[in-house]
Amino acid sequence: MIFDSKAFLDALFSDIFFMPAITTLGVTFIAMAGAMILGFGGALAALSRFAGLRWLVQGYLGFFRGVPVLVQIVFWYNAVPVLTNNAINLPALVAGTLALALNEGAYMTEIIRSGLLSVDPGQREAARALGMTKAKALRRIVLPQALAVIIPPTGNQFIAMLKTTSLLFAIAVPEIFSTGTNIYSQNFRYFEVLLVVSIWYLVLTALLTAIQKLIESRFDPRKSRKIEALPAMEHG
Amino acid sequence: MALVEIANVHKRFGQQEVLRGVSLCVNAGEVVCLLGASGSGKTTLLRCINHLETIDQGEIKVADQLIGYTRGSDGRLREERDRETSAKRARIGMVFQRFNLFAHLTAEENIIEAPVQVLRQSTEAARKKAHELLASVGLANKVHHYPHELSGGQQQRVAIARALAMEPRLMLFDEPTSALDPELVGEVLETMRRLAQSGMTMIVVTHEMAFAREVADRAIMMADGQVVEDAPPAQFFSAPVHARTRTFLARLLEKQA
Repeated sequence: MIFDSKAFLDALFSDIFFMPAITTLGVTFIAMAGAMILGFGGALAALSRFAGLRWLVQGYLGFFRGVPVLVQIVFWYNAVPVLTNNAINLPALVAGTLALALNEGAYMTEIIRSGLLSVDPGQREAARALGMTKAKALRRIVLPQALAVIIPPTGNQFIAMLKTTSLLFAIAVPEIFSTGTNIYSQNFRYFEVLLVVSIWYLVLTALLTAIQKLIESRFDPRKSRKIEALPAMEHG
Repeated sequence: MALVEIANVHKRFGQQEVLRGVSLCVNAGEVVCLLGASGSGKTTLLRCINHLETIDQGEIKVADQLIGYTRGSDGRLREERDRETSAKRARIGMVFQRFNLFAHLTAEENIIEAPVQVLRQSTEAARKKAHELLASVGLANKVHHYPHELSGGQQQRVAIARALAMEPRLMLFDEPTSALDPELVGEVLETMRRLAQSGMTMIVVTHEMAFAREVADRAIMMADGQVVEDAPPAQFFSAPVHARTRTFLARLLEKQA
C-alpha cells in the first residue's frame, strides 16, 4: 500500500472540514437538547399515574428504539414530503436533526426515568409532607439527586450522538463524514481521507469527554461540600 | 377542642382492608401514642392524616379542615388540588422511621428548604431559626453536615427540627426510633419528650412502651385496622379492657424478659 502523505496532509490542514465540524457539533447539541426535553417529558409520563400516558410512552420507546435510525432519517427527509403532499418538506439539516432528536429522546426517556427512580421515594414523601407541591418536590428534591445518576450516561449518549450524525451523509447534510466522501470520490484516496475524518471525530469526542468529566465532577454528591472550608458555626 | 377528627375511615390496598372504620379525636396539646402489632394499620392511619395516603371512605379533619378532599355541593368528597393539599400539609409536621433527610442538602439546608420554598420566608430569617432549632435538639455544631455524616439519632433530631421549622400545629411521628441503634434511641425520645412538654400536639406510632407510659396522654391500641382500646396510659398498661391489648402487652413483656 502506498500512503499518499500529501493527500493526507492536504485534507488534514484544509479548512474544508471546518464548517462541517461546526455542523456536526451543532446537530449534536441541538438533537441532544431536543432529546433531553423529550426524555424528561417521556420519563414523567412513564412514571405518571395515568395509564394512557404510560402506554403512549411505551409505544414511543418501542417504535423509535426498534426502527434503525438511518431509516428514520430517510423517512423524515424523503418520505414525509411525499406523505404530506409537500405540505411538510424539511431541509435536510432540519429533517436529520429532528430524526436524531426523536430517536435519541427514546433513550433519554429511559435514562431520565431510571435516574428519577434511583432516588429514594422517602425523599419525595418528606418533601410532600413539608408542604411542597409535586412540581416543587420534583424540582428541588428529586431532580438534583437524580442528576448524579442521569449525567454519566447522558455524556455517553452525547458522544454516541456526535458519531451518529455521520449517518446524515445519507441525506447529504454537509457534516464531517459526507465532506470526506465528497473528497475521496474525487481523489480515490479512501484511507487518507477516512483517517482525516477519524481525526476530526476523535478531536471532537475528546472535547466532549473533557466537558463530560467537568460536569460529572461538578455534580458528584461526594464533592459537593461547598462550605467545607468554613469553620462550623457555634451557637447556643 | 378537637384538632384532629377522624371519622369512620376505611382504607384498602388491593384486596386487603387495612383500616376498617377508624374513628378517633385528638385534642390540641394532647400526646397520643398509637400502639399495636405491625400490620394493624397504625402507620397507614398516620399517613392518611396528612394525605400521604388517600382514604376510601370516611373523613379526616385537621383544625376543622378536610385534608386532600373538598366536599362538593352534592355532599360527596372529591380529591382536592395538589396546591391546596400542600398548603394544609405545611402546617402538619411529619417525622419518618427512616428520617428521610434530603441527602443532597446539609442539616441547615434541610431545615430552611421548606420555610423558604413553601412559606416564602427570607433565607436569613429561616437560617437564624434553623440554628436555634439545631441548638435546641443539641446539634448546634452540625449545621453544615450532610446527612451521611450524621448518626441515625442525629439525623432523626435534624428531621424533627426540620418539621418544627414549619411551625406545625400537629406533629406526626411514624416509628421515629425503630430504625435506630438501641444506644441512639434515648436522644430522640428525649427530644420528643421535651416537645411534648412544650405543649405540641403529637400523634406517635411507636413500639417504645416506656415513652408511651410516661409521655402520652392517651395510649391507643390498634388491631386489624380498628381502634380496640383508647385509654390513659396508667389504665392502658395496668388494666387493659380488651383481650387484644392484654395479649399484645403480655407478648411485649415476654420479649423483654
